[in-house]
Amino acid sequence: MLTFAFRRILLAIPTLLFISLVIFLLLEASPGDPLGDVPLTVPPEVKERMREALGLGQAWYIRYVLWLKQFFWVEPLHWINQAFGTQLGSGGQRIISFQSRSPVFDVIAERLPQTLTVVGMSYLIGILIAIPIGILSAYRQYSWFDQLGTFVSMVGFSMPTFFTGVVFIIVFAVNLQWFPSIYDTTHRVTDWDSFLRQVRQMAMPVTVLALYNAAQISRFMRASMLDNLGQDYVRTARAKGLSERTVVLKHVLRNSLIPVVTVIALGLPAVFGGAIITEQVFKVNGLGQLLISAIHANDIPMVLTLTFIFAILIVTFTLIADIVYGILDPRIRYD
Amino acid sequence: MTDAAAQTARDRAELIRESAANAAIPAGMALPPDDPVTDVAPTPASRSQWRDVWRQFRRHRGAMVALVLFWGIVLFVTVGPYLWRIDPTYVDIRARNQGFTAAHPLGTDQLGRDMLARLMKGGQVSLAVGLTAMSIAVTLGSLIGILSGFFRRLDAPLMRVTELFLALPLLPLLLLMVTLFREPLGKVLGPGMGTFVLIVTAIGATSWMQAARIVRGDVLGLKEREFILAARSIGTPNRRMVMRHILPNVLSPIVVAATLGIATAIITESALSFLGLGFPPDFPTWGRLLYDAIEQMQMYPWRVILPGVLISLTVLTVNYIGDGLRDAMDPRIRGR
Repeated sequence: MLTFAFRRILLAIPTLLFISLVIFLLLEASPGDPLGDVPLTVPPEVKERMREALGLGQAWYIRYVLWLKQFFWVEPLHWINQAFGTQLGSGGQRIISFQSRSPVFDVIAERLPQTLTVVGMSYLIGILIAIPIGILSAYRQYSWFDQLGTFVSMVGFSMPTFFTGVVFIIVFAVNLQWFPSIYDTTHRVTDWDSFLRQVRQMAMPVTVLALYNAAQISRFMRASMLDNLGQDYVRTARAKGLSERTVVLKHVLRNSLIPVVTVIALGLPAVFGGAIITEQVFKVNGLGQLLISAIHANDIPMVLTLTFIFAILIVTFTLIADIVYGILDPRIRYD
Repeated sequence: MTDAAAQTARDRAELIRESAANAAIPAGMALPPDDPVTDVAPTPASRSQWRDVWRQFRRHRGAMVALVLFWGIVLFVTVGPYLWRIDPTYVDIRARNQGFTAAHPLGTDQLGRDMLARLMKGGQVSLAVGLTAMSIAVTLGSLIGILSGFFRRLDAPLMRVTELFLALPLLPLLLLMVTLFREPLGKVLGPGMGTFVLIVTAIGATSWMQAARIVRGDVLGLKEREFILAARSIGTPNRRMVMRHILPNVLSPIVVAATLGIATAIITESALSFLGLGFPPDFPTWGRLLYDAIEQMQMYPWRVILPGVLISLTVLTVNYIGDGLRDAMDPRIRGR
């Protein structure tokens, strides 16, 4: 198991390097010019020097290696220095955004909490809704509850989040005026009232994402439960006189959760991707909104770093899913 | 050697030659080389299988309703424009922001363009994107899946490539590709066509992995079966092996993957349009119509809801059809 985990981590490094190269080359091949907005009155030699200052003068492979060094060496050192007050290799150039001229990671750190609260909450709530629904509709297969649950989850993942989000805004924000339609990120939770306001403004984005996730997870949960309910050990458990509750909620549920847990881990990066759209709908200024504005502004370092962070998330969670699967299911042998 | 024995030997040789010729002729004629999905139905050998699938499919009530609805949507966007002849790009500024009237059954937008006509035109684009992107993805996926399942030497590298693609952050990359290459391609092919080609290739190139994995798994299982061994023993070349023996047998997972692929492609395209990174403004698609209506959704909510409902309905029906097909093609269920 340990050697497997170690080998997978080693394999993840070339994967990530390759992905970063793909993203870098894609940005490199783009015809957009970060100096496109500079007025024409600026003389060409000054423009050339601005180009140098942005670090665009060198060949692409030198810039790629430089970026790698900044991402994997300068930035971690900077965080260590900040955390422990040390002076390790200080003075290294951090990754600077073209747009705001501030370090990319500082901007990301500002935006991260919004995305994490919305995405994290929605995923958690989605799972909490999905698992009981999955259990019930598998246990009572072809009952009206199962039929309804299947239909609703089918509708749930057929409706794109940008549409459900907009419908929610029309119904609950415009017509009923229950919730605000715009997420206020400057809002600070200090007392009970402000906490309630925070809950109210989070309600809609979280619900939209949670319903979408719940629709998918409940399908997996149902299928996995159905697989296990027909197994011989269930009959054995019943035969030795265990209560139905113990059989379903202990024996079957625990075994059915194994594949679902990996599905949950694998789905998390995709949820971050989906959050790009939901953030745009509800005007949450999180990572997704940052990415889109950076793409529009031709802010190459920001786009590169953000996309790469998404890639790291995917690779990490795939790894976690594999390892967790091995831990939860002793029948799985990787060696 | 007696005469009789010689006669038997001659007979046997003739028989072998005859049956070999028989085997060769239909193999050459009935070979479904490029487009097996449409060609399979008329060939007598495989017709019964597809009739079986159809019989089973009809039992799936949800899938049948979905099929009828899907045909309705397809007719709406293809035949509709011939019946409802208002130009979707015709600007009638005096008739702007109208509700449901006789002249404009679904109202008009902020420039007075007829919503019904725009929904039809937008549906054409959305469905075309879905179908084309799906064909690209499924062709690519089946090709890679078959290659890596059939040729052992290609297996490891191709699967590595698949894993790499699965690790790519797809939505951010799609956004990037569309933003970066929309203008240069638009200059070459015209704004509408350029975006179409770009979006279709981008979606196709980033969604073939699931199909490839499923097909590879099936091919690996098939390769161990006796009929493949038999075909191999009479000296079937690799190309015909794949076309005649492997491909027809992995067709059902491919068809299911294709159906579900349409749904994903339609959602992705409308998501791109929704983020303002899809087709140009005068080129309506359902996602674009939704995006354009967002600004005035408080006053004219119908303009948001109609394209959204059409997107959701199409995706829902396609998903149901895929579900029904999967059930119908699963031989474990089919007998019941």
